Amino acid sequence: MSDDKQSPSRRRLIKSLVFVPMGVGAAGALHGGLQTAGAAATAAPEGKPNPYTPTFFNADEWRFLNAAVDRLIPHDEHGPGAIELGVPEFIDRHMKTPYAHGSIWYMSGPWLDAPPEFGYQGKLPLCDILRVGMKNFDNHCAQQFNGKKFADLDKGQQEAMLKEAEGNKLKFPDISGKIFFANLLAETRNGYFADPGHGGNKGMGSWKMIGYPGMRADYLDWVEVRDRAYPIPPVDLAGNRG
Amino acid sequence: MAIVKTKVDAVIVGAGWTGAILAKELTDHGLNVVCLERGPDRDTQPDFAYPRVVDELEGSVHRRYLQALAQETVTIRHGVNDTAVPYRQMGSFKPGTGVGGAGSHWSGAHFRPLPEDFLLRSNMEQRFGKKLLPENMSIQDFPITYDELEPSLDHFEYVCGTSGKAGVINGQVQEGGNPFEGSRKREYPLPPNPNYLGSEWFYKAAKEMGYHAYPIPASNASRAYINPYGCQMGPCNACGFCSDYGCLNYSKASPNANVWPVVRGRKNFEMRTHAQVLKVNLADDKKTATGVTYLDAQGRETEQPADLVLLCAFSLYNVHLMLVSGIGTPYDPVTKTGTIGKNYSYQNLNRVVMYFDETVQANPFIGIGGAGATFDDLNGKQNDPTKSGFVGGGIVWARQPGAGPVRGIPTPPGVPNWGSAWKKSVKEVFRHQFYYEVQGSCMSYDDAYLSLDPTYKDAFGRPLLRMTFDWHDNEIKASQFLVGKAQEMCKVLNPLAMKGDAKKDGQHYDVTQYQSTHTCGGAIMGKDPKTSALNKYLQSWDVSNVFAPGANAFPQNNGYNPTGLVGGLAYWCAKAIREQYLSNPGPLVQA
Ligand SMILES: Cc1cc2nc3c(=O)[nH]c(=O)nc-3n(C[C@H](O)[C@H](O)[C@H](O)COP(=O)(O)OP(=O)(O)OC[C@H]3O[C@@H](n4cnc5c(N)ncnc54)[C@H](O)[C@@H]3O)c2cc1C
Ligand code: SF4
Repeated sequence: MSDDKQSPSRRRLIKSLVFVPMGVGAAGALHGGLQTAGAAATAAPEGKPNPYTPTFFNADEWRFLNAAVDRLIPHDEHGPGAIELGVPEFIDRHMKTPYAHGSIWYMSGPWLDAPPEFGYQGKLPLCDILRVGMKNFDNHCAQQFNGKKFADLDKGQQEAMLKEAEGNKLKFPDISGKIFFANLLAETRNGYFADPGHGGNKGMGSWKMIGYPGMRADYLDWVEVRDRAYPIPPVDLAGNRG
Repeated sequence: MAIVKTKVDAVIVGAGWTGAILAKELTDHGLNVVCLERGPDRDTQPDFAYPRVVDELEGSVHRRYLQALAQETVTIRHGVNDTAVPYRQMGSFKPGTGVGGAGSHWSGAHFRPLPEDFLLRSNMEQRFGKKLLPENMSIQDFPITYDELEPSLDHFEYVCGTSGKAGVINGQVQEGGNPFEGSRKREYPLPPNPNYLGSEWFYKAAKEMGYHAYPIPASNASRAYINPYGCQMGPCNACGFCSDYGCLNYSKASPNANVWPVVRGRKNFEMRTHAQVLKVNLADDKKTATGVTYLDAQGRETEQPADLVLLCAFSLYNVHLMLVSGIGTPYDPVTKTGTIGKNYSYQNLNRVVMYFDETVQANPFIGIGGAGATFDDLNGKQNDPTKSGFVGGGIVWARQPGAGPVRGIPTPPGVPNWGSAWKKSVKEVFRHQFYYEVQGSCMSYDDAYLSLDPTYKDAFGRPLLRMTFDWHDNEIKASQFLVGKAQEMCKVLNPLAMKGDAKKDGQHYDVTQYQSTHTCGGAIMGKDPKTSALNKYLQSWDVSNVFAPGANAFPQNNGYNPTGLVGGLAYWCAKAIREQYLSNPGPLVQA
């Protein structure tokens, strides 16, 4: 649906929005502070990953993880990437939680094959889905690319491989490539978007990019505002301001 | 049995909405009551205190307030000849645990059923003849009427500080409310909440389509309020962490904030948490219960003798407890005999997301749990099955309980799930989108039921509850019809893009997609012990000192969220116990 084919009702609706009066602040009126915050993040040079020593993943897994999350959420003109926001650190730390060890999943057998609409039916908890998946993925790459592991491939090859995993086209011996990919992507997004206290989303970089006020949790004064973008930058659980 | 506790008048299994209501009503009456709750104790302070409570990773990924499936879950299959597999990770529905139950992390949409919902089968047969209903559709009338239940529904709304606009008071239609609703005796305790953009636009679109939009009744307080028990509520601050989260603000009605505070200190009441009830103990003749067996906080098997056993463990677990305890006869889908497990039903939910340009400040991170706008022009009597092609009905609504990026940012059609193009899209759309949902009724069928799984066990060695459920043609047609109307409505708003479809012909129930925790039926109320598990007072036909209030009692699901009716039925059940049962224990309705 494209905007130039506006229906009369659409035009009416747009007109009925009260626009900000001209004058102070009008220039930034529609997107105000948020646009600026987003722009700042965008203009920033690629951040350095902070030195972090993984304690869950081994060296090969860590290389895989860093390469993969960099493809899933790259640094680009739209904002910070997964690497500079510390997503690998988040995932490494997250793997040691009871959640990643399957504490809230039903983990008893027998394990039967079932159509995808019945959900994950494997016996590995999240931390092992990622580990076993990385190993299978690396072995697969080594076979296909003359001994090269995933992290050794060029970016285009990496992207192509991830796409194949997403589309369930990679057949691994120990785990479904699609399930591995889905969990890897979910963890990457969690690390990118969750509160910085969990190890990722450094400096609330992703929140600034999308204009999310984070943990403010108090908007009664803004429910009925229609003519201005929400102006207050994010705050995190520790009370830091973005 | 190592430990046997002193006998009490009543033992309540579960500390959610129904448990809290029964505890309040029966301790008011002087009974000695013990409540056994499998989860931890929880209260607004400190468990739901800011900022800890609004952690999206903890709340929506680790599901801190929800039941851990590791202990207990269900198995699911589509058809009676299939092998069921466990519900290993939470998706489609999210039962609660801990004091407050799902009543602490619900959203607050608080509907009453329509008068015609109570007499669905009779209404359909009278209006359209017996041939209209498919043979396998096992819908039944409720054994009570709207008018009988009205005082209980009203009382529950006043306990919850429900914010809304009455549509019909004493038969008079009120401007701004739902003209199709059953007549009520008085206004809602509080006026509606403010409209966020999506609901404001909903009114415009509904008007253009000729629908009668009204504010969703929401138990998210729009003003400061003190309920009839003296519990205080503060105005909802639109925090955006409602569904899945406890309220940081004493604004969302919950057992924790609105009922338990007055019951907890009573001398004739005791709350025992980390108390997992394993079964109801029956006398040899299986006609009376002697109490329950549970595992205490130290894992010791403990017996709690009681004169009355009140199953308040949520619809699914009420049925599970009845099945593992041998209360009544399990339903058999082949012979269509037996009643425990019969008529399991669900809710037919579909969503349409609309994307706008950056001038449209939809701010989905702002949220007020149950608040928004809806209409009943396609629900209840307004739906003519001979024209629409389906029995039942549904509502379309604009609701915004609050969204954050960990909970997921929907992207327009064609956008990939990762990479630069995805990033560009989430950045562009995050604050400029909202959704309308269709929440439809779900009929009950001979082949949709609950039973015990032959293979899988819970952490306590009991067979898991097995759910046999799939969508039937009627619900798929309903989804197509109602989503079609919702899409027409969305088009009136002319978004840049739209995403969201109706269920496709032959589509199976997908347990990985959240659809709602409105699981219903399985131990239904009715007039005849041959076709229902409970009588009109929620009393077991088979074991007369067992009552099982909860959505398990619905013979089928209507187009609304269940809790208004669940709370109303709990008060109705408590009244029958107080006024009829205690002076003359035994069956309240002669079979
Ligand atoms: C995310 C979410 C949003 C929702 N939103 C809405 C909404 O907007 N509107 C609406 O109408 N409804 C909504 N609901 C549904 C609503 O929460 C339920 O209808 C309501 O809470 C049911 O009350 P109940 O007393 O039957 O069960 P619950 O409130 O769930 O309480 C049952 C309690 O029993 C305990 N229990 C279970 N088994 C045992 C056992 N064996 N031993 C001891 N204790 C046990 C559980 O731990 C739990 O605490 C929502 C539900 C969820 C999960
Ligand atoms: S949206 Fe309102 S009612 Fe819901 S949790 Fe936040 S403050 Fe409480």
